[in-house]
Amino acid sequence: MTAAVKVLSSREVYRDIVAELLPRDERMICLDTDTGLFSGVDFGAAADRYVNIGIAEHTLMGAAAGLAKEGRLPFVNTMAAFACSRAVEAVKIDIAYNNLPVRIAATHSGVSAGHLGPTHHALEDLAVMRTLPNMTVIVPADAATTDSLVRQALALPGPVYLRLGRNATPDLPAGPPVKLGQAQVLRQGTDITIAACGSYPVLAAVEAAELLEAQGIEATVLHVHTVKPLDTATLAAAAGFTGTVITVEEHWRTGGFGAAVAEALTELLPVRVHRLGLPDRFVGVSGSQSYLLGRAGVTAAAIAERAKTSLRG
Amino acid sequence: MSSSTVALPDTTSGPELADLGEVTARIREHVVNMCAGPEGGHVGGSMSLVEILATLYFRVMLVDPQFPASPDRDVLLLSKGHGGIGLYATLCEAGFFPASVLADYGMQGGALMAHPNTELPGVEMPTGSLGHGLALGIGYALATRLDESDRRTFVVMGDGELQEGSVWEAASVAASQKLDNLIAVVDRNGLQITGGTHEVNDLEPLGDRWRAFGWRVFEVDGHDVDQLTDALSAQPEEGRPTVVIARTVKGKGLPMVENQTRSHYAKLGDRQRRLALAALEKGRRS
Repeated sequence: MTAAVKVLSSREVYRDIVAELLPRDERMICLDTDTGLFSGVDFGAAADRYVNIGIAEHTLMGAAAGLAKEGRLPFVNTMAAFACSRAVEAVKIDIAYNNLPVRIAATHSGVSAGHLGPTHHALEDLAVMRTLPNMTVIVPADAATTDSLVRQALALPGPVYLRLGRNATPDLPAGPPVKLGQAQVLRQGTDITIAACGSYPVLAAVEAAELLEAQGIEATVLHVHTVKPLDTATLAAAAGFTGTVITVEEHWRTGGFGAAVAEALTELLPVRVHRLGLPDRFVGVSGSQSYLLGRAGVTAAAIAERAKTSLRG
Repeated sequence: MSSSTVALPDTTSGPELADLGEVTARIREHVVNMCAGPEGGHVGGSMSLVEILATLYFRVMLVDPQFPASPDRDVLLLSKGHGGIGLYATLCEAGFFPASVLADYGMQGGALMAHPNTELPGVEMPTGSLGHGLALGIGYALATRLDESDRRTFVVMGDGELQEGSVWEAASVAASQKLDNLIAVVDRNGLQITGGTHEVNDLEPLGDRWRAFGWRVFEVDGHDVDQLTDALSAQPEEGRPTVVIARTVKGKGLPMVENQTRSHYAKLGDRQRRLALAALEKGRRS
């Protein structure tokens, strides 16, 4: 038996990239908020550019803005729940308004904090962050896409919101190269478009397409990792062909990825958009990320069922 | 009268220090004229700031109006962004832009909003929502430390602003990070929109609060430019940030609104403007 290669969570991939690049790039500085993400990382001679400021998320964002204004490239991390709510005024005014190149690594996004409960869930962060001018919003769906997208985002001139998870999630199936700002076409079909955002939603979309194929329905599957700017061209091309789009996300149905898709497409063409995501209520039970998503209907079976219902008209 | 708890160094005896009487009078005139514009302005908290800003720009900070973003500059963050017209007037007098720019204040589509706009040379950050400046200052101070520069960052806050929790979050971080190149200034005019700070949400004992957070504290008369100069020019104390609590009068220079809560915001009519300018002229001659 060969030793299994440990699959990394997206936050661990982020950690490793920062650990790799920080010593090489003098502009980079990592600000942490007592998360423990960087425990055990040895930054060597660059240790003065890793600063753990404590549990202080507003100060995190403000200090990052000051550093960026002075030519530094700050990488800051906290949980998504705190980045998008407690600290959002500093993100809005200090970072986004000034269009400063701060990379906000928001871990434990969606319901990936699981049994920690609604205080630690972030089901509004895409709605909040995509509303802010100048902000780029990225949602990597597995370790490999995290690695690729974080590196691609290094050169962006403005702020970036990186929506990361807590635990390792399964790898996505092989597909075309992941390019920032472009939806990845995982499958092409003529009957319906499934556009998914985030790890379990994309995996569910792929599985749903297989279920549908067995029933004679051909689905296009789009892995949309960049929520802002949204790849409207690829979405519209697929929607124009299939007429119906199902969006899937680990976010409240209000204001998130599906809403962004609906906003964009309904201005361009006559199309039906069905949004699958978490319902408009707090997730007040204990459970793992996959359990809570299953309970909310973010599953392959639910996607397939919605597709069939929609196609029946 | 100074109630400084730390002995101030004597830096005021040098011949190079400018007399600020004329400059502060002109800054106040600009503020009055802007408040007589179409939108009015935050007159009280701008008037209380005048000596603080004038001392910083004319005696203390290393700035070059020709190169406002020079990497060697000292940094000023007006965390009490509602003192924006005080900052605009001071930057104008310091040579960052001509007085004609101030006429744009409050004009439809103009750049001079009530709260500082970074489109103006010398304005570092778009402040206005209270409780942001100290965290921003931490970022500048960390950058300065990494650059091994002796540049200083000054964060000017209102006293009412200290009711925001983010101020104390940042105060704790700044002390823990030992940012001795960071100097906070509190414009302690004692008033906020609905009354005295002691009535609304008491800040005292203010010096003790900052000391308890690990800061070096100077308390000075915020309209005495020599006391301000001493405190703001003091050599850093290694490992501790400094706060200068500047006791001021809201609406200073305008007897009709001095130390009154209604001075917070005013739109002056022509007669009020002339009365205000006359009061300033009288003060200038006395």
